[in-house]
Amino acid sequence: MTSNVTIRIQDADFDVNREIAALTMSRTDIGAVVTFSGICRGGEGAGDATTALTLEHYPGMAEAEIARHADEAMNRWPLTGVTIVHRVGRILPGENIMVVLTASAHRQAAFQAAEFLMDYLKAHAPFWKREETAGGSNWIAAKTDDDDAAARWDKN
Amino acid sequence: MKVVYFAWVRERIGKAEETVEPPAGVRTVGDLIGWLSTRGDEYAYAFETPKVIRAAIDHTHVRPDTVIAGAREIAFFPPMTGG
Repeated sequence: MTSNVTIRIQDADFDVNREIAALTMSRTDIGAVVTFSGICRGGEGAGDATTALTLEHYPGMAEAEIARHADEAMNRWPLTGVTIVHRVGRILPGENIMVVLTASAHRQAAFQAAEFLMDYLKAHAPFWKREETAGGSNWIAAKTDDDDAAARWDKN
Repeated sequence: MKVVYFAWVRERIGKAEETVEPPAGVRTVGDLIGWLSTRGDEYAYAFETPKVIRAAIDHTHVRPDTVIAGAREIAFFPPMTGG
């Protein structure tokens, strides 16, 4: 079984459908692709609604952490491919922030690997969000839930 | 050694990177945070709550008790909020 791992960090927006097509092109052994699409949420229109996010990352380490987790997912589940694209820079409500795609012969592996990757990337990949609102701009605080979500996948 | 800062740690210190030469007694990541904190108000502010500061040596996450000898690049940053 050959597998396909694509990891990109970029300023530019991307097209989720094109990423799926690239992951599945010319293959007949894939029965399931799970997509997690992270989108910039603008809020409910209240005074504190997000008007933009700015994503900062640690170049070099961000790629390395994502690759490490993609490798672990490939080792833990029978995947045919993984695509992870994460944007940096200024992102407006409604725009893509990131996408995780996992492809496998069957859905269970694809679902579990996508959830594992998201939980780990949230807790360990060096990206930081700064939020702009009508009242100013602030760094978003990390949720301790994110660490707990990552820890449930640890093998004891 | 080269030290790099990200997000609000970078903003509080007012620089993205610098080269430092800590004294011999500074052995661990935690020691380095303590020593950096003495270098000025901006450092003291950035590191005022050491337990929330995350660190990496040469692109790998490390704990406060990790020894810094041999490190080329040490990074300090807040908990991550990507995804």
